[in-house]
Amino acid sequence: MANLACEFVGIRSPNPFWLASAPPTDKEYNVRRAFEAGWGGVVWKTLGEEGPPIVNVNGPRYGAVWGADRRLLGLNNIELITDRPLETNLQEIKTVKRDYPDRAVVVSLMVPCVEDAWKAILPLVEDTGADGIELNFGCPHGMSERGMGSAVGQVPDYIEMVTRWCKQITRMPVIVKLTPNITDIRYPARASRAGGADAVSLINTVSSITSVNLDTYSPEPSIDGKGTHGGFCGPAVKPIALNMVAQIASDPESEGLPISGIGGVTTWRDAAEFLTLGAGNVQVCTAAMTYGFRIVQEMISGLGDWMDEKGHASVDDIVGRAVPNFTDWQYLNLNYVTKARIDQDLCIGCGRCFAVCEDTSHQAIAMNPGRKFEVIDEECVACNLCINVCPVEDCITMEELAPGTVDPRTGQDVVADYGNWTTHPNNPGACAAE
Amino acid sequence: MANNPLTPGIAAGRHSSEVLDRNFADLHPPLDRHEALVAADRCYFCHDAPCVTACPTTIDIPLFIRQIATGTSEAAARTIFDQNILGGMCARACPTETLCEEACVREVAEGRPVEIGRLQRFATDTMMAREGHPYGRAEKTGKRVAVVGAGPAGLACAHRLAMHGHEVFVFDARLRPGGLNEYGIASYKTVDGFAQAEVEWLLGIGGIKMEQGTRLSDGLDLDALIKDHDAVFLGIGLAGVNALRVEGAELPGVDDAVDFIAELRQAEDLSNLAVGRNVVVVGGGMTAIDAAVQSRLLGAETATIVYRRGRDRMSASRYEQDLATSKGVRIVTNARPVRVIGNGAVQEVEFEYTRDGAGGLEDTGETFRLAADQVFKAIGQTLEDAPDALEIDGGKIKVDGSGRTSVPGVWAGGDCASGGDDLTVTAVAEGRDAAEDMHNAILAGREMVIETPRPGE
Ligand SMILES: Cc1cc2nc3c(=O)[nH]c(=O)nc-3n(C[C@H](O)[C@H](O)[C@H](O)COP(=O)(O)OP(=O)(O)OC[C@H]3O[C@@H](n4cnc5c(N)ncnc54)[C@H](O)[C@@H]3O)c2cc1C
Ligand code: SF4
Repeated sequence: MANLACEFVGIRSPNPFWLASAPPTDKEYNVRRAFEAGWGGVVWKTLGEEGPPIVNVNGPRYGAVWGADRRLLGLNNIELITDRPLETNLQEIKTVKRDYPDRAVVVSLMVPCVEDAWKAILPLVEDTGADGIELNFGCPHGMSERGMGSAVGQVPDYIEMVTRWCKQITRMPVIVKLTPNITDIRYPARASRAGGADAVSLINTVSSITSVNLDTYSPEPSIDGKGTHGGFCGPAVKPIALNMVAQIASDPESEGLPISGIGGVTTWRDAAEFLTLGAGNVQVCTAAMTYGFRIVQEMISGLGDWMDEKGHASVDDIVGRAVPNFTDWQYLNLNYVTKARIDQDLCIGCGRCFAVCEDTSHQAIAMNPGRKFEVIDEECVACNLCINVCPVEDCITMEELAPGTVDPRTGQDVVADYGNWTTHPNNPGACAAE
Repeated sequence: MANNPLTPGIAAGRHSSEVLDRNFADLHPPLDRHEALVAADRCYFCHDAPCVTACPTTIDIPLFIRQIATGTSEAAARTIFDQNILGGMCARACPTETLCEEACVREVAEGRPVEIGRLQRFATDTMMAREGHPYGRAEKTGKRVAVVGAGPAGLACAHRLAMHGHEVFVFDARLRPGGLNEYGIASYKTVDGFAQAEVEWLLGIGGIKMEQGTRLSDGLDLDALIKDHDAVFLGIGLAGVNALRVEGAELPGVDDAVDFIAELRQAEDLSNLAVGRNVVVVGGGMTAIDAAVQSRLLGAETATIVYRRGRDRMSASRYEQDLATSKGVRIVTNARPVRVIGNGAVQEVEFEYTRDGAGGLEDTGETFRLAADQVFKAIGQTLEDAPDALEIDGGKIKVDGSGRTSVPGVWAGGDCASGGDDLTVTAVAEGRDAAEDMHNAILAGREMVIETPRPGE
């Protein structure tokens, strides 16, 4: 059985599944339940500076996007950092860490952008015995209006500055949590590294409005007839998160910078994908907020079984495995030719492939008598849309044309050699292959 | 309680009112909003969807289901009613297992189709619960059209004609309108007086005058109708029944299944309706199933359907057959009645086994008897009262693809007309299509017979 134990910036946990800083980790009661359920670690809900705690709205905090059968695909929230007194949180962190020494307990922090504020809070956190801190530079709503959260995360200079203060003030590992609400995620990651961060974690939530109430004309969630933008998370943001993780993992300027992957992790498979794209562990929130803590059992068994099947003994073995295969478009092999193939035995005859190809793509599927749908190789550009809309798994697949055969669409022989855009004759800036 | 299922002979009140209420409750209870959303989610919105092709009225099923899924059930109902103004009854009565739902790709994929019928009911019920009628009438044309028969064919025809601005006069022989919707369809498919409610709702369009208790061939003749109207539609169904030509068939206790069913549908109080202890039904169609099942539900100790050919030849669908057996009905196939035995009333029926031979059905020579206090004949309905002037084809009024009969100015549709299955939904389609053709013909001022073949012919 594969060993799922993990060491991330020196913090050990029995598995790579941590709960992200969010409502599930707001208090001792929840965190104990999470650890009992099997979670490897938690990032405690963000603490603010000493004094009267912030207040939350007293109306709805979440908006949602649903898929078929009302499955939650995305959640947005307008909740702020913890609204419980700092002292209470610190006390609880201390007891929980004492009772679960084998689990990771990292504390998320957000205080004003002045060094004294960090000097005040860091010793208090250190005193709890927590394993590390995560700087919340990501929260896109509410706190950002007060110059914190993503207001910091959107300015690389601030990231670097605050990270540096923290590294100077505390011996604890410092993880910087990044906001995706920027144009190029590599800059904040580089700034984190420059400030001495031990790791980055990403993504925080994406600025969002989930829906508008068409009776009251208020964005949802509506607070007495008004709405504000929130932070979007859940399965819907996973592709955005995966890309950002891969961007950093493949950026030479951040090489070796550990990444904690966050954003829509819902199953073991999602987790494995984050790990292979360079994340050293994953953080989960929405899946737990949708199904409860027990889902971690599926993540543990699924990841373990898959690693066994692939012969990976430890989590380290898989971290970053897909990174070398993440490249720029210009390096994709233009000589790789495939065609869609429809398995007539599996086909149930819904005709969705036909509708989308006919209406929105390349008219490359024929609807033959008896609702027999067949690919017209002369037209098929292998765009994949038919596969994406087919309700039956593996009914439509892509088949590679063997080198030497003729692509009926172009009339050209399929070439065995790799050839990309940089050397393509149609490229005005084509350079000779090196 | 005086009687029970074991009471000999033909007796009423074999079950208490509570049991009867339970037995005759909705076969497929309505979906609530949540159930409808879950069911609607399963629709794949197929291209050129097979279910639409399978629906005789060609309802745009994927569209109406998507409209339900997006919270616009009244738009869904409009999509349905545009094609089928009796979409409410069809949602309840259609043998969906051999129509739309049989064609559903999820039937292929998982053996469990999208519940089209129940979704259709959800949408139409939603709309019908609302005040008023959703369709208006075009500007009055000043044309008068006669419709004979207020069954699904006649009603669909009348509604469409009224919509086009014509003045419609409906003549029907029965006390109540609705045809077999009111007198035939099994009561657990259309509970709570739905058939009458639907007729009332349909008439909400205005411009349709109903005359019940008027029979063509008896106080009403075709020539007069043609003279007084710009066009005539005949939707008189099949009012006659085939006779059982065996010894003893005249004995008391041998009844027509359709009469029993009509009586049952009209009964104010089912505990006053008598049924035999041992019931034997001869036939293999929907009528046989309904008579047998409802006999059991009323409290018959046994109900046996005997059909002369094999199971696969029964016109009742597999689903209907299973429904019958689940209600304790026994189905005997490959046997035909040879004699009804009884002294003053039925006591037994003698059958002989059959097999398929070279020259058709053959007797095997082996006989058996079934105890019977009541025998229901369900061996087919026949055309009655068709005016002599009309050409007949296979026992039905000959029509072309638009419903035109051999007599100019006269159209026909539904069970009485040639072609198509004898189903409510088919009757609706034919009535509707005839109305469109009549409308065009009336406005064009010409009513010529064009031989256009029906699809599939
Ligand atoms: C017992 C039974 C159960 C059935 N169950 C189903 C089912 O579950 N699902 C399904 O789809 N189909 C079912 N059918 C078939 C379905 O009911 C018919 O196909 C449908 O009703 C035909 O419609 P129609 O308008 O042609 O005729 P009908 O419904 O028969 O209507 C004919 C109308 O014409 C009137 N009429 C007859 N003769 C005259 C005359 N001379 N002058 C004036 N008026 C006249 C009658 O009073 C009646 O109102 C069933 C049929 C029977 C008998
Ligand atoms: S009318 Fe009948 S066959 Fe047509 S969609 Fe509705 S239930 Fe199905």
